[in-house]
Amino acid sequence: MTETALSVKNLATHFFTRTGVIKAVDDVSFDLAKGEIMGLVGESGSGKTVTGFSLLGLVDEPGRIVNGSIKLKGKELTTLSNAELRHLRGREISMIFQDPIATLNPVLTIGQQMRLALAAHERITARAAADRSADLLTKVGIPSARARMNAYPHEFSGGMRQRVAIAIALLHRPSVIIADEPTTALDVSIQAQILQQMRGLAAETGTALIWISHDLAVVSSLATKLAVMYAGRIVEQGPTAALLRNPQHPYTAGLIGSLPAMTKAGSPLKQIPGTTPSLLSLPSGCPFAPRCQRATEICQRAPEMVTHGDRGWRCFDPVGQIDEVTS
Amino acid sequence: MTDFVSLENISKIFGPNLTTGDRIASKLGARVETRSIHAVSNVSLSIEKGETIGLVGESGCGKSTLGRLIAGILSPSSGRIILDGGPVIRNGAKVTTRVQTVFQDPFASLDPRMKVGETVAEGPITHGLTTKSDARAYAALWFERVGLDPVWLDRYPHQFSGGQRQRIAIARALAMQPDVLVCDEPVASLDVSIQAQIINLFLELTRDLDLTTIFISHDLSVVQHVSDRIAIMYLGQIVELGPVDEVYENPAHPYTAALFGSVPKLVLDDDELVHFDTIEGEVPSPLSPPSGCFYHPRCPLADENCATVRPEMTGISNSRSVMCHNYQQQLTKD
Repeated sequence: MTETALSVKNLATHFFTRTGVIKAVDDVSFDLAKGEIMGLVGESGSGKTVTGFSLLGLVDEPGRIVNGSIKLKGKELTTLSNAELRHLRGREISMIFQDPIATLNPVLTIGQQMRLALAAHERITARAAADRSADLLTKVGIPSARARMNAYPHEFSGGMRQRVAIAIALLHRPSVIIADEPTTALDVSIQAQILQQMRGLAAETGTALIWISHDLAVVSSLATKLAVMYAGRIVEQGPTAALLRNPQHPYTAGLIGSLPAMTKAGSPLKQIPGTTPSLLSLPSGCPFAPRCQRATEICQRAPEMVTHGDRGWRCFDPVGQIDEVTS
Repeated sequence: MTDFVSLENISKIFGPNLTTGDRIASKLGARVETRSIHAVSNVSLSIEKGETIGLVGESGCGKSTLGRLIAGILSPSSGRIILDGGPVIRNGAKVTTRVQTVFQDPFASLDPRMKVGETVAEGPITHGLTTKSDARAYAALWFERVGLDPVWLDRYPHQFSGGQRQRIAIARALAMQPDVLVCDEPVASLDVSIQAQIINLFLELTRDLDLTTIFISHDLSVVQHVSDRIAIMYLGQIVELGPVDEVYENPAHPYTAALFGSVPKLVLDDDELVHFDTIEGEVPSPLSPPSGCFYHPRCPLADENCATVRPEMTGISNSRSVMCHNYQQQLTKD
């Protein structure tokens, strides 16, 4: 049995606003093994970022985790105090955000920021901190790391800044890193460099990764398993290649079909009609039913997650080859 | 076929806007940035009527600047842009309404305090394509054309989703009855499922209205899908130009090959570990471009010649051209 790094069960995070309750994350469950990379895919507003924030205990008022459990290496996180969580954040579980210019401190040099991050969790001499920082910066692909540690964030390019953010996230060799669209703002050539490096680093350090993205191609080249979110729920999950080759949920199939690469150039793309529903007024049954061509009466009820081995989907009438999954 | 749009040696240089104080300071020896940026240098391009040309490249390569030059939003520092025999810009002012633009961010490109119907009708009224009294019916027509319900004409932009707003932006551009449409990353800010809807709309409209289109995008799969020809830009120059299928099939410029190699593809095989053919390093600053070929510091095929002699745009077939000394080496690579 492989070691489980993170186990999430029935997680629900709701926001209690004046206009009503927003169920941003509802009944989300998944397991993540040591060193495993999971892709969390969905469109804007599907709840993927709030899921990431919930895992770190960073959900702000008026939101809160209303149900479920988050176990990090067997330790329950939802019942911890803020002080206890702060002790874990950055050390056992950390996050990389989409926009590194917003997460790095503009008035401190990279070296100073890395030393602060190290000193937050352990007693370390300035010299040792500098050694470790330089070592990591080299690993994430920053040339002449020692010299660059005296530079401020604005002196780095977008791609280099994101590498610095990744190096900081890796400082304490956390068990889990949540990466929220870290390459979305970057050019493809830089994205490719970073994806290549992340895969190596995860394998080398044994850190499990949750890679949040709206881009199926990006996660498919990185993650060994996928979870597809729609309107706050995971609607399908499973091993990457199997899921993409033989999707069961009509939404997953629709997403894959709407990629330009899946259609002959110049001919119309398959499209999912309509738009994502507002989380304030979700349909009572399956949230995808209003956009689904296969919806019938039964879809007025909310589908439970159906699991077969390592595959799972929330649909009464899956679109894929079922035999291939169940046999 | 005759050229419908032709760019003749277009350059755009952005100089630093020096204040009088800066100028004096720089005279006295202070460190003031006086270098200028060659955002677009010596680009020539001929576009046929009804053609869709994809303009791709990484941030800072000048693709948006080139798009704005064609649209007449910016005036070129040197060179001419001719549309159907006439100029797009005369004395720094745009003199035609036959080129229209659809911008990337439909949240920024629509006036938030103007009803969307008025936004669509404003240009056509000003230029006499419709009258004030007919404006509503005219806007409704274009609303229907882009798949929006005309009952929404009196709404404001914030009442629409991103995809709907992009449809409004397209309606506004088309209501001017242009011959040429410049689309600057029109689907980059949209979700995948919405992106497909807008691309389909775009394919349908360009065909039905016989539009000539410049489609700017960093997303190679989108460009491949909609374009007839593709132009790859690097540091302000077009480094490769040709029919989209041929360029994808067998790129002639090492940069084109590397760019395509960096695009993540959908993995459908269980054991396939994707390997990216990554490009070394980053795009150099356009403030101090390298000597010789701009790409030589990152190029696996570079030799001494590349470091000193700037390559010219060379025809390699009657439809393709490339700016590289060693393109034959690239073409014969498997």
